[in-house]
Amino acid sequence: MEPLQPEQRMRHRLESLASVPQFCNSPTMIVMVGLPARGKTYISKKLTRYLNWIGVPTKVFNVGQYRREAVKTYKNYEFFKPDNEEAMRIRKACAAAALKDVAIYFSKEQGQAAVFDATNTTRERRSIILNFAKERGYKVFFVESICEDPEIIAENIKQVKFGSPDYADRGYDEALEDFVQRIDCYRASYTPIDDEKDRILSYIKIYDVGSRYLVNRVQDHLQSRIVYYLMNIHVTPRSIYLSRHGESELNLLGRIGGDSGLSPRGQKYANALETFIRDQNIHELKVWTSHMKRTIQTAETLGMPYEQWKALNEIDAGVCEEMTYEEIQEHHPEEFALRDQDKYRYRYPKGESYEDLVHRLEPVIMELERQENVLVVCHQAVMRCLLAYFLDKPAGELPYLRCPLHTALKLTPIAYGCKVESFFLNIEAVNTHRDRPGNVDVDRDPEDALKTVPDHI
Amino acid sequence: MLDKDVPEHGPRELTQNPLHKIWMPRTSPGLHLRPITQRRVCMTNCPTLIVTVGLPARGKTYISKKLTRYLNWIGVPTKVFNVGQYRRECLKIYKSFEFFRPDNEEGLKIRRQCATTALNDVRQYLSVEGGQVAVFDATNTTRERRATILKFAEQNGFKVFFVESVCEDPDVIAENIVRVKLDSPDYIHANSEEAIDDFMKRIKCYEASYQPMDENLDKDLSYIKVIDVGRRYLVNRVLDHIQSRIVYYLMNIHITPRSIYLSRHGESDLNIKGRIGGDSGLSDRGKEYAMHLRKFLQEQDISDLKVWTSQMKRTIQTAECLGAPYEQWKALNEIDAGVCEEMMYEEIQENFPQEFAMRDQDKYRYRYPKGESYEDLVQRLEPVIMELERQENVLVICHQAVMRCLLAYFLDKTAEELPYLKCPLHTVLKLTPVAYGCKVESMYLGVDSVNTHRDRPSNVLTQRSTEDALQTVPAHF
Repeated sequence: MEPLQPEQRMRHRLESLASVPQFCNSPTMIVMVGLPARGKTYISKKLTRYLNWIGVPTKVFNVGQYRREAVKTYKNYEFFKPDNEEAMRIRKACAAAALKDVAIYFSKEQGQAAVFDATNTTRERRSIILNFAKERGYKVFFVESICEDPEIIAENIKQVKFGSPDYADRGYDEALEDFVQRIDCYRASYTPIDDEKDRILSYIKIYDVGSRYLVNRVQDHLQSRIVYYLMNIHVTPRSIYLSRHGESELNLLGRIGGDSGLSPRGQKYANALETFIRDQNIHELKVWTSHMKRTIQTAETLGMPYEQWKALNEIDAGVCEEMTYEEIQEHHPEEFALRDQDKYRYRYPKGESYEDLVHRLEPVIMELERQENVLVVCHQAVMRCLLAYFLDKPAGELPYLRCPLHTALKLTPIAYGCKVESFFLNIEAVNTHRDRPGNVDVDRDPEDALKTVPDHI
Repeated sequence: MLDKDVPEHGPRELTQNPLHKIWMPRTSPGLHLRPITQRRVCMTNCPTLIVTVGLPARGKTYISKKLTRYLNWIGVPTKVFNVGQYRRECLKIYKSFEFFRPDNEEGLKIRRQCATTALNDVRQYLSVEGGQVAVFDATNTTRERRATILKFAEQNGFKVFFVESVCEDPDVIAENIVRVKLDSPDYIHANSEEAIDDFMKRIKCYEASYQPMDENLDKDLSYIKVIDVGRRYLVNRVLDHIQSRIVYYLMNIHITPRSIYLSRHGESDLNIKGRIGGDSGLSDRGKEYAMHLRKFLQEQDISDLKVWTSQMKRTIQTAECLGAPYEQWKALNEIDAGVCEEMMYEEIQENFPQEFAMRDQDKYRYRYPKGESYEDLVQRLEPVIMELERQENVLVICHQAVMRCLLAYFLDKTAEELPYLKCPLHTVLKLTPVAYGCKVESMYLGVDSVNTHRDRPSNVLTQRSTEDALQTVPAHF
């Protein structure tokens, strides 16, 4: 038998760094289709956030933004009139510039998915994109949003268009009137994706914000995941509450992991949480916990039914379970340094990494998307991962997000993002947040290693 | 709504169930149980009735059986109710397609009666026997029949989800008929040509009255329309989690012929010592197995084979010998034995005799302290199964408990049987979908190894003797 050549071994190792195979051979262009105010940008941003979180490097290319850069000041809807030749030229050039940037993103920046966010309402424009993709070996997946419900459209316009740079210095009524005329400019030439003529294309059509979907020719794993995600998200207003368990006995001792119960202050927090939740007066709140004693004890105090998810368990610290940082430094100094070098990808011996956690939490996120008002009682690392998803934080920042004990976060989706309100419920607790120290070398002094360790008993 | 009977002195005390290590409130007399739910897949409160729709030979029974197998595997008690079977019980002998003629009053009466009987059994299963999903497998091609079912569901508090299969490709239909209809009890005495001819006429009987689900008339119903074996899907009003999972599953399965190869890693150093878990390398015999596996695959001459391993050394070492690219899945790692990692059974008996007994009492649900249960494994493996469904030819190099879970999925084994499925070292299983099930070919590649299979001993009581506990432990060094 021939042993594998070094290059082959390297390729295997590189290919297999993540805990889940990546499944993306050719880059994929996700192309939005639809009249203005149909949620294309909302979907683009949300989908991009999700794909990045699960580890697929994705970027949005919003043609409207290119147009704003080309045409410094937006006058009025007349720019979008189909007979405005000058404007047409500019708009075509903007689309071309955006496509060029897509190519750069794929070839030079290791992008794997690009969301091409524009109306793309004519067959002609879509042909250009298809040819562009074909020439370069990119896959194309269309996402068309179709909606004729005037209430939804009006709400859209209110939520996102009034805040747009295009209408920065305009009054409410004026902006609304202009935008409606803008939509009309597109309407005449709008050719939706045709189920017959376009039957060889891969696409999903979303009708009326998700009451119905048409899915055609899903080619691969990534497209299948995109479809599943799009079919689970909704726009019903709701809030998600994130909280850690109350302070635990092991927290007090500065020990990580384990399955200890609440300290007296932790129990006080659970009581305070119960009052807080009651005062919030939340409609039909679901409560989720992990399988660990401390989250369950916290939820028990709420006096409401709750569901236990094993997937919400704290990160498994393997051989370092129940150790203090000082002990980790003493027994596994090299591991301790490696963790500081790349906290996101570092996996504890016989344990997990943040990257593993994200993968483990994906079904939780999917179900959170389906649900409405939910309170998730979980753990530090887990809460960081969930928060990073909602607030679009990259892998580099995720493991250092601040999620202190005894503080509830209320996340409410608004416009294209998420409003965060932080409620410290006034019960003292130890600090469990350890910043990245200045020295992350494997041969650093214990003093340097332990510089940022928070106080404990 | 807050429950006001939380005792004054604090919340309920927690106790950890010794078998599956779930923390739950200690129940005291006087306090009524407040609902605690463990995350199970089906979080719907009301049961779901899945109703197939479509002309004969459109894959309804195939979908029904496959979907049922999947739902049971992920822990949602599901059962198929195939009206054709009820008809066969009623009408002992099938004569010809004439039974299905729309003007055959006698036939219609019998068929309606069969549907009603089947629905009664559905009610029994969902309302009395604890079933969560029932798949009502019949043509259900008329609006009238579907209205009857909807009314029945409403009366009983069941949610309804329709799965319609639409296909006009004559090749696909012909292939269907050859694969599953010729072997049907209906055609046991007919030759192929006669059977095909009769079946085509049977389809014709339904065609005239077929009313597909309509975008407008049925816009308030929940359904998925599968068009041309999955080229296209129309999904309407998915109401809840379980329907969302069903849609995702249906959109990932395909019927392209292919084979799935399951194998464990080659024998490992810890295997030889009779120790469980750990992350050791291959023994010499294990390496030999890897070489034999390479040769075996070459001989099988498989087109475009994907190779998957876990992230443990022994599966990766095995794959390395194959000389082909492979992908590592953490989800394929062996079951985590927690505090018992790297122990021999004798040591587990010595140090944790109670745990050892409880594992024998309910091996599927038993969770090692700080470890996992088979039930946890299944949940962990679900994305692997989903991707296996999407793929074509795949070789999965994994571990004993993991292989048992995957095998149970493909061969529709129950939770009780799963942890005792035989998955010996140095043996490749080749699974090929055939008709409604899966053909299994077992290939022992001729390299000796230890046996790692421990049967359930007869005495599973916690106070049993050491001898009784260790009765079924396989030999080791």
